Amino acid sequence: MPGIRNFTLVIRGERRERDPSMTATSSAIGGRLNRDSDDLLVVEDLKTHFEVPAGMVKAVDGVSFSLGRGRTLGVVGESGSGKTVLSRTLMNLNLGSNVHSSGSAIFEGRQLVGVKPKQLRDLWGLDIAMVFQDPMTSLNPVVKVGRQVTEHIRKHLGVSKAEARETAIQLLRSVRIPEAESRFEAYPHELSGGMRQRVSIAIALACGPKLLLADEPTTALDVTVQHQILNLLAQQRRERNMAMVLVTHDLGVVAGRTDEIAVMYAGRIVEKASTKVLFSDVRHPYTEALLRSIPKTSNRNHTRLAAIAGRPPDLINPPSGCKFSPRCPYAQPKCFEEEPPEVNAFEDHLFSCHYPVGTEENKAAWDRNLAAGRPETVAVATGSVSEVDIRAKGEEILADLTTSEGAD
Amino acid sequence: MTIQANEPNISSKLAEGTAEKPATIAPDAARVDPEDAPVGRLRRIGRTFGSMPILVKLSSFWLFLVVFGAIYAKLDVSVFDGALPLQDPNVQTNGFNPDTLEFGTGEPIEGSSWDHWLGTDAIARDTFARIVHGAWVSLVVASIAAAFGVIVGGFLGSLVGFVRGRTETIIMSMVDVILAFPALVLLLALVSIFEVRSLLVISLVIGFLSIPAYSRVARANSLAVSQREFVAAARAIGTKPRTILFKEVIPNVLPTVLAYAMVAAAFVIVVEGSLSFLGLSVQLPQSTWGNMINQARRDIKLNVSQVLWPSLALTITVLSLNQVGDWFQQRSAVRSSAL
Repeated sequence: MPGIRNFTLVIRGERRERDPSMTATSSAIGGRLNRDSDDLLVVEDLKTHFEVPAGMVKAVDGVSFSLGRGRTLGVVGESGSGKTVLSRTLMNLNLGSNVHSSGSAIFEGRQLVGVKPKQLRDLWGLDIAMVFQDPMTSLNPVVKVGRQVTEHIRKHLGVSKAEARETAIQLLRSVRIPEAESRFEAYPHELSGGMRQRVSIAIALACGPKLLLADEPTTALDVTVQHQILNLLAQQRRERNMAMVLVTHDLGVVAGRTDEIAVMYAGRIVEKASTKVLFSDVRHPYTEALLRSIPKTSNRNHTRLAAIAGRPPDLINPPSGCKFSPRCPYAQPKCFEEEPPEVNAFEDHLFSCHYPVGTEENKAAWDRNLAAGRPETVAVATGSVSEVDIRAKGEEILADLTTSEGAD
Repeated sequence: MTIQANEPNISSKLAEGTAEKPATIAPDAARVDPEDAPVGRLRRIGRTFGSMPILVKLSSFWLFLVVFGAIYAKLDVSVFDGALPLQDPNVQTNGFNPDTLEFGTGEPIEGSSWDHWLGTDAIARDTFARIVHGAWVSLVVASIAAAFGVIVGGFLGSLVGFVRGRTETIIMSMVDVILAFPALVLLLALVSIFEVRSLLVISLVIGFLSIPAYSRVARANSLAVSQREFVAAARAIGTKPRTILFKEVIPNVLPTVLAYAMVAAAFVIVVEGSLSFLGLSVQLPQSTWGNMINQARRDIKLNVSQVLWPSLALTITVLSLNQVGDWFQQRSAVRSSAL
């Protein structure tokens, strides 16, 4: 049914015409980050805190970024860094009386934070959509797949049942679901994990959103399927000129598929740069540690995995100074006391570190820590994380590690 | 019939083992055309029956008999005016017949005979006919009370489990108040207040008292379902909370509540039996299993079978409901863990 396809295109065309008027609004609010006049989403000092009996969990603690139309931002961080809470805050999905969100997130001139859900309902699904982590639970188990897609289309676009069915089947085809017509009548449990994730992607894409939030969309999937889903997302994003926030804990996932990468740690963005710059010119020790922790195929068998020493920080009582300092191989007294300011190196490469990687100060800090036998430093130097052999090996390594660059 | 309609393969496959290939690689399950659907559903029901353990099979057979008997008896009375082949439960078979000017040949407190399969009671009425008619009372009370409980209790439970907050506190404390009443005492009070001892009033009173149980079961499930990602996903596409409650949460809570209703219905039958044993259920001479036991109690030394038959009917029905209910509960548990 070619008519339907045209219909969808008209909707998207209409939206693009609206763009210029929106830019004015966002530039008025965007402030410092509004370098790009075509920003779709501008997030400023976003905070989400959860009140628990033990205190205040600062899950997201002052995040700012902006996202241009049709651009992709990768948000990377380990468990507990606040990346999922960030995406859920943008979707207003953090419910409960113990949630405190502040700051602002402007999407096309509309505030997303601190607004009643009722006022944003027309935005969700139509302009902003989300793909969830676990496809096993993100579809309603007692409703047929087809109905889950069509209901959404019918509600937002107000088309007839037959039209919605045609659109839905085309959507399912476009996300590469084989035999879309027969899958239409299937229940979610009759589909594999990858297929289910394709269905959730189809639902998210149904109304042609301008922004797609993908919260670890491939974490629950096999590696091969993971690859397919990521390519599918990238392809759909290109075809629809849609902006995307790709949240993941895997730097490998975001490497080839994002324009920019923001590395989160303890609820903050510690480093943000375009993908190419971030990988070629790492500045923050945490990003460096993440990169180092990716195993290499060239490694010998039984090579120890270069894990990051220590544990993710306590978000209720975060460490003073730089939040990464207790685990940082370069940490100096200053790091434990003073919070590093956000520095813009060049070409919008932002990072917050007193001793950024690749500088003379950093090298000096490394040498000093190694000489003092700081366990986190020695662990990196020896490629080992066990504290016992670190202490033992410390001195003998010191002798022949004079020229070491440290990492890699 | 959510249970059957939505249970394609998982549990029947688990039980049978031989059924068919997993649906993930067999799209034929999904290829059922709307026209073919009834056939598929029939076959599904057949397969469901086939996968039952023998005890559950026997139980369902007995329940089928009870339901059939109850409906048959009701039809006999209200549609065919006693023309169907079943004796009149209220005729004294030794009584004087004004048409023939003769006394009946029946005897009171008779044992089993060809004329009276299960004998006769103290005033020579046919016990088999009275049991079949009594089944109607049990059936109606059980189904109305269960329906009331499922609809009101199930809805309240799903609602509070989904919205939480103050609504939950208020509704659940009201439900706890009902729970705090000693059920039988409250029933006695209500039945004597209403005075109209119709089947409907008795059923609704019992149904009202079963609200706490249903709402607790529903709430527990609703809490779990509301945490599932598909509810967040529905929110994320801008679905209104009310729509989420009815389209996402309740359909997922319902199977468990329905399975519970089976077990709860057994309890309701016992409660109705106790009430009519105390003479507080439906008006005599309508026979119920409870009042039959009560009436035969006095002659237990003469003939124990008149107490035995209605008691057996009650016991086997309750046991069967428990068996089938447990079986459904297990299946719905298997299903939700598989999803």
